[in-house]
Amino acid sequence: MAKIKPSKGAPYARILGVGGYRPIRVVPNEVILETIESSDEWIRSRSGIETRHWASDEETVAQMSIEASGKAIADAGISVEQIGGVIVSTVSHFKQTPAVATEIADKLGTDKAAAFDISAGCAGFGYGLTLAKGMIADGSAEYVLVIGVERLSDLTDLEDRATAFLFGDGAGAVVVGPAQEPAIGPTVWGSEGDKSETIKQTVPWTDYRDGTVEKFPAITQEGQAVFRWAVFEMAKVAQQALDAAGITVDDLDVFIPHQANVRIIDSMVKTLKLPEHVTVARDIRTTGNTSAASIPLAMERLLATGEAKSGDTALVIGFGAGLVYAATVVTLP
Amino acid sequence: MAATQEEIVAGLAEIVNEIAGIPVEDVQLDKSFTDDLDVDSLSMVEVVVAAEERFDVKIPDEDVKNLKTVGDATDYILKHQG
Repeated sequence: MAKIKPSKGAPYARILGVGGYRPIRVVPNEVILETIESSDEWIRSRSGIETRHWASDEETVAQMSIEASGKAIADAGISVEQIGGVIVSTVSHFKQTPAVATEIADKLGTDKAAAFDISAGCAGFGYGLTLAKGMIADGSAEYVLVIGVERLSDLTDLEDRATAFLFGDGAGAVVVGPAQEPAIGPTVWGSEGDKSETIKQTVPWTDYRDGTVEKFPAITQEGQAVFRWAVFEMAKVAQQALDAAGITVDDLDVFIPHQANVRIIDSMVKTLKLPEHVTVARDIRTTGNTSAASIPLAMERLLATGEAKSGDTALVIGFGAGLVYAATVVTLP
Repeated sequence: MAATQEEIVAGLAEIVNEIAGIPVEDVQLDKSFTDDLDVDSLSMVEVVVAAEERFDVKIPDEDVKNLKTVGDATDYILKHQG
C-alpha cells in the first residue's frame, strides 16, 4: 500500500478582517404598514426593528458579497490571491447552479480558490467559520473568505403580519487565516430536524411553478415556539460554547447573537446572566433580520463604531431554520 | 407537594411582576394576560417557562395559546403539575 503524505496546516486560525454591505435603500416601518394592519409601536415592541435595508435589482447576492468581501480583505491586510477558499452561506440566491461562491471568487480576483455555497439558515455564519477553521488547520487553504449574504426581501410575504417587518438584506464577510494562538474556540453546533416546521419556506418552488399555489414562496415561522427555543435552548448552547472555550461570562467583552429579534437578544442576555460590562450587538434595530449575514454585519458595525475593539473576546451564536445552531468564542479582528 | 390554586396564583403574580412589571395584586384569576396585564405573546413564553420551572409542569407550545387568563393557566398547572 502506498504511503500517503499527511496534510499540514496552521496550528490555529483567527478572524483577520471583517466587512459589511448594507443596501442603499433604507425601509422604515411606515412602508411595511402599507401592506399589513399593524403599527410602528407594535413592530418596535415585538422586534426592536425601526428600519431595515432592502436591496435594489443591482444589489444582487453576488454584488453585495463582493462589496463586503473587498472590505474584509482590505481589513485583513492580505492580497486577494492568497485566498484559497470562498464559502458563501445563503438561502436567498435564486440561481442555485452554479454556486454563487464561484462567481464571487472569480470577480474578486482569487487564484482559482475553492468555492462553494452552504445552506444553514441563520446559523450559516458559524457553520462557514467552522469549515474555514478546518480548512486552515489541515492546510487545504491558507486564507478563507466566509460570507453570509441574504436578499430576504425576496422571500418575505408582505401581507403576513407576523413576518412582513422582520427581514432585511445585506452581506457580511470575514477573512479567516492562520494564527499562532487559538482565536476561534471549539464550535458547539447541531441540528434539530424534528422542529423543521418551526421556521420554513412556505412551499417548494415547484409548487409555485406548477400553479398549485398562487403566492411566491416566503419564509414563515411559529413566533412563540421560535422564541422559546431561541432564548432558552440557545442560552444552553451559548453556555456550552463558553465552557468549551474554557472561559466564563466574566471573561467576555462582546456578545454577538444572530440578530433575529431584539426581544430574543434581551432575554438571552438575562438567561445567560451576562455582566454589565459585556457589549451586546443590537444591530437588528436598523438592519432587520438578515439571517446568515447578521453576525458579521453586527460585528463590523460594533468595530466601526468603537463599541468593540480588535482583540476583544466575543461569543457568537447563530440559530434558525432547520432548526440548526452554531456557537463559538472568537477573538475580534 | 402539589401547589394549591392560591399558591399557583401567587406564584404567577410574582412571575408576571418580574417579567412585565405588573403589581402582584393585579394578577387575579379573571385577568387576561394580553388585555389586562400587558403580557404580549413573547412575554407569555417567558411567563410559561418560569411557571414550568416553579411548578414542575410541562406546557407545550401548542397549549400556550389556550392560556388566555390567569385562571386558564392556574387550571392547567393544577391539572398537570408533577
